[in-house]
Amino acid sequence: MPAFWVIAEHNADGSLARISAEAATLARSLAAAAGGDSEAAGIVVAADPGHAAEQLAVYLPRVVAVADAAAAGHAWAVLAAERAAAVIGDAPDAVIILGAGPDGRDVAGMLAALGGRGVLVNATGAAWDGRLTVEMSVFGGKLITTSGFTAAGGIVTLRPNTVTAEVGPAAGTVERRSAAGEPSIPLVAVLDQVAEVGAAAPIEEARIIVSGGRGVGSPEGFDLVREIAAELGGAVGATRAAVDSGWVPYSQQIGQTGKIVKPQLYLALGISGAIQHKVGMQTAETIVAVNRDPDSPIAEFADLLVVGDLFEVGRAMLVALRARSG
Amino acid sequence: MHIVVLTKPVPDPAAAAERLGPDGRLDRAASPSVVNGNDEYALEAALKLTEAHGGEVSLLTMAPAGATDTMRKALAMGATRGVLVTDPALAGSCVRSTVQVLAAALRDLTFDLVFAGADTSDGGGGIVAAGVAALLRLPYLSNAARIEPDPVSGRVQVRRITATGYDLLEAPMPALVVCTQVLGEPRYPSLKGIMSARSKEIATRSLGDLGLSAEAVGGTVATTQLLGTRRPPARGATQVVRGSAEEGAREIVAFLESRRLI
Ligand SMILES: Cc1cc2nc3c(=O)[nH]c(=O)nc-3n(C[C@H](O)[C@H](O)[C@H](O)COP(=O)(O)OP(=O)(O)OC[C@H]3O[C@@H](n4cnc5c(N)ncnc54)[C@H](O)[C@@H]3O)c2cc1C
Repeated sequence: MPAFWVIAEHNADGSLARISAEAATLARSLAAAAGGDSEAAGIVVAADPGHAAEQLAVYLPRVVAVADAAAAGHAWAVLAAERAAAVIGDAPDAVIILGAGPDGRDVAGMLAALGGRGVLVNATGAAWDGRLTVEMSVFGGKLITTSGFTAAGGIVTLRPNTVTAEVGPAAGTVERRSAAGEPSIPLVAVLDQVAEVGAAAPIEEARIIVSGGRGVGSPEGFDLVREIAAELGGAVGATRAAVDSGWVPYSQQIGQTGKIVKPQLYLALGISGAIQHKVGMQTAETIVAVNRDPDSPIAEFADLLVVGDLFEVGRAMLVALRARSG
Repeated sequence: MHIVVLTKPVPDPAAAAERLGPDGRLDRAASPSVVNGNDEYALEAALKLTEAHGGEVSLLTMAPAGATDTMRKALAMGATRGVLVTDPALAGSCVRSTVQVLAAALRDLTFDLVFAGADTSDGGGGIVAAGVAALLRLPYLSNAARIEPDPVSGRVQVRRITATGYDLLEAPMPALVVCTQVLGEPRYPSLKGIMSARSKEIATRSLGDLGLSAEAVGGTVATTQLLGTRRPPARGATQVVRGSAEEGAREIVAFLESRRLI
């Protein structure tokens, strides 16, 4: 019976990344569905993996925490891939789940090459039905495919917000190990870690995203977008037009060359809804748009379109929201 | 400075005409083919670096034989030459095969840097470059917002975008760098570029040329398989509100309340 492994990603402060709690929840439910002696387990690789490992054990019955001093001064992906490969071994029926963000992708690619495993990318759902089946949204959201591995196992990268993280029935065990041996892939030195001022909340994981486009007009215009986001408890997103104009950092860009998001609410202010933007946000559960052009493409896929000036409607909305929360 | 840029022809996302053929594989005849958008950022970054340091940019593509047309567009931007790995046995290749083929092709090339785009607009996996680096034991620097090679020291520095800012990475060359849009807008080919691209060399390589066999890579040994497809549930009709800003705002708040979003 297969083993379901999660290779945990962590935040800059050493805490467990939310995507890994989601991946762990998925691994646990897949192992339960596969039955028999299948197990779900996690791996944390870090200079000091303790904190993230304890957090991961809330979701999984077994966590292997690999302490690797090299992780303090080197890019993480090589170490994560090599140490995880050593823990997992070459069992062909291992199913390995990672996040579909930059860190998860780096590790997934390396693990695939090191172990000759198959990869199913950007999963928007996974189930066990005698075998692993993985759903993906392709062609800019026009089609949903279901795929499987030809071998008994493989690697899956999981989109954020596909699974709701749920803690397990009992806290799992944490097994501590030290990294052994030189990695076969060269290490890359991290000379400096720079925090940028104004780095905003990560948009991939946000439940609510308030997004601004070219219509916002200026960096100051984004103050209103930020205010509305704060009032709704959401994160700020943007189109490439707004990012290229230098009003918002690239980390907030949504779309084909930015991030793919799946929030419960996407509020689009001054955004036309070009195909390259649409592919990044069309799976949002609810889409609300404010645009002064009733014929902009976003009118075709928003749930609610308010035709009007985003500043006037936006300010009135802040007043209404504040009156409501009293 | 020699830079190899991995470029993939993809169905033009702007045409929004992508579909699968009866064999479950991408129907390449259904859409016009373009150079993958993210690869153009990588190519632009490579061209700027060779303009500054001297040297050449080569394209490496694994695709059906017809890909030479799309490759000419990238050559028109200023790349010196292209290598196209093409073989009927490669149709239906999975990530593992793609990684092995690109790695084998790179073994025959000389380079200081290999650039790749962050992901492709058709496959969207963003994992091939990491696999190629792993197989070739190349230092791997991803999510690059800035790339600064130093030909004298033989090292490259990269700003890797993180959730909170960036990490400054450094590695010896040759190395593989995954590029992002932040590196800068790709240039439009000039008329001169388009003319000269017609006579630029595109070398084709078969699996046999690379010392690989169809028993080891390609469609027949794919690690993944398509089991089925369905259309996503259609979104409901759009509710359109016109009127004063206050009315619009009230409608939004009421709508969010009705969906329990606030
Ligand atoms: C290879 C490639 C990759 C790309 N990747 C991305 C990507 O990842 N993400 C992305 O977003 N785009 C991407 N694009 C760009 C995309 O094609 C569009 O150009 C972009 O999304 C447009 O952004 P926008 O909606 O902000 O601007 P516009 O299309 O200019 O739309 C602005 C909208 O604001 C409205 N407006 C203006 N003023 C007001 C006002 N005061 N009140 C209300 N409404 C107002 C206008 O009616 C209009 O509909 C990519 C393009 C290419 C070629």
